[in-house]
Amino acid sequence: MEPLTSKKKVLEQKPLTFAERMYLPAIVKGLSVTISHLFKKEATIRYPEVEREFSTNFRGMHSLKRDEEGRERCTACGLCALSCPAEAITMIAAERKPEEKDLYREEKYAAVYEINMLRCIFCGLCEEACPKEAIYLDGPIVPSDYLRKDFIYGKDKLVEAPLNK
Amino acid sequence: MDIAFVIEKFVLVAIIFGISLLIAMYSTYAERKVAAFLQDRLGPDRAGPFGILQPLADGVKMFMKEEIIPSNASKWLFMVGPGLAMLTACIGTAVIPWGSDITIGDRVIPLQVTDINVGILYIFGVVSLGVYGVMIGGWASNNKYSLLSAIRAASQNISYEIAMGLSIIALLLVTGTMSLKEIVEQQHGWHWNVLYQPLGFLLFMICSFAETNRAPFDLPECETELIGGYHTEYSSMKLGFYLFAEYINMFVSSAVMATLYFGGYNYPGMDWVLLHTGPIIGPLIGTLVFFIKIFAFIFFFMWVRWTIPRFRYDQLMHLGWKGLIPLAIANIIITGIVIAIIEKF
Repeated sequence: MEPLTSKKKVLEQKPLTFAERMYLPAIVKGLSVTISHLFKKEATIRYPEVEREFSTNFRGMHSLKRDEEGRERCTACGLCALSCPAEAITMIAAERKPEEKDLYREEKYAAVYEINMLRCIFCGLCEEACPKEAIYLDGPIVPSDYLRKDFIYGKDKLVEAPLNK
Repeated sequence: MDIAFVIEKFVLVAIIFGISLLIAMYSTYAERKVAAFLQDRLGPDRAGPFGILQPLADGVKMFMKEEIIPSNASKWLFMVGPGLAMLTACIGTAVIPWGSDITIGDRVIPLQVTDINVGILYIFGVVSLGVYGVMIGGWASNNKYSLLSAIRAASQNISYEIAMGLSIIALLLVTGTMSLKEIVEQQHGWHWNVLYQPLGFLLFMICSFAETNRAPFDLPECETELIGGYHTEYSSMKLGFYLFAEYINMFVSSAVMATLYFGGYNYPGMDWVLLHTGPIIGPLIGTLVFFIKIFAFIFFFMWVRWTIPRFRYDQLMHLGWKGLIPLAIANIIITGIVIAIIEKF
């Protein structure tokens, strides 16, 4: 068969030279390499205390946004659930009552909004699909947990903290 | 023999035993830290500040583990193995001079448990006994990997003991005594034996690596071929004893190397220090210097372990029989000739 590349290098097995048979020069060389690493900065990041700095387009945990007046932006249109390739989002819509005017921006809102973090692949299609700019993947890394049911995040974990007036 | 003598020796034995256990304990921690630093990592840092309580956590873990004795194992020997490994590791410290004599009032206290006139032979005997712990453990496990490992350990120790003994003979030609105390006293100040016996030291050090089963000669416990080696079947504190014995062995060999070749508790300018600090503090400073040398050797052991890959078995034997033994014999001959010439003129 013809070689696929021109980068072919034939290795020859030569008998070891005297210095190589002594082992010691090679050992000293190796020791100097390892000792030089003793003075290098360690690559470890002490995770729970220190977090790695993410790039600006990092996609972490979802958050449901509020508008300038502190009302939830989500109108439960379901486009995020539809766009989700992993089918991680479910929601139940409800109609806004007159006295809830300062809680929800539109007449329809999401009474239940759940994201299964085990299904989510953090592709960011939900934030692209959202017409109301209500969902963004701008949170931290999703923390670990013990039970599957604890990975289904409801509105208590997803909705932004209310504005302080 | 008065009662004060007995108490004095008893206290000394207790202190040395305690120190060797403590150093072995923290060697496990140091090993992991050194490995981490050499690989640009941090190492254990969760238990206490800088992970300083890690050995305690490991010890508790070891004690809490279930103790398993394989049903087909030879029970008595299975239990004797780790104990023997530990015992032979510990008794080597008895003849090592830890410092010059302390004078309290008119009482002279030597910082050495016993100064027998065949100290080197004693160390040798103890070190070669060390292989029995491994052999018995490997045999009693009734596991082919353990047995293979035990056989490897035995043949490796026998091969390297010869080169070690031959390199010592050249040293004995220089010193003219087998008492470790006298050997150390001869190296007063800067007259360390390594300056007169550089090749002998190199051979001795390589053999020490082999005798303590450390990398690159850790064939008895090479994971890729023999699972855990001779302690494959061991669990709980019996396994702990084997691991511990390895570190005590490392400590003892470091102490022996420092004693024989690096002047023990001698350091340049020691006369001035002794004169100015008095008969109690002065010798203790010497002891401190001795321990610094020991720690340097322990660090070197670890440094080598995390640098060099393991020898193949035939390479190991090749190096031992065809490399080190002829070199050691040549060293004896050269040393003998040089001494004869010096004595003639």
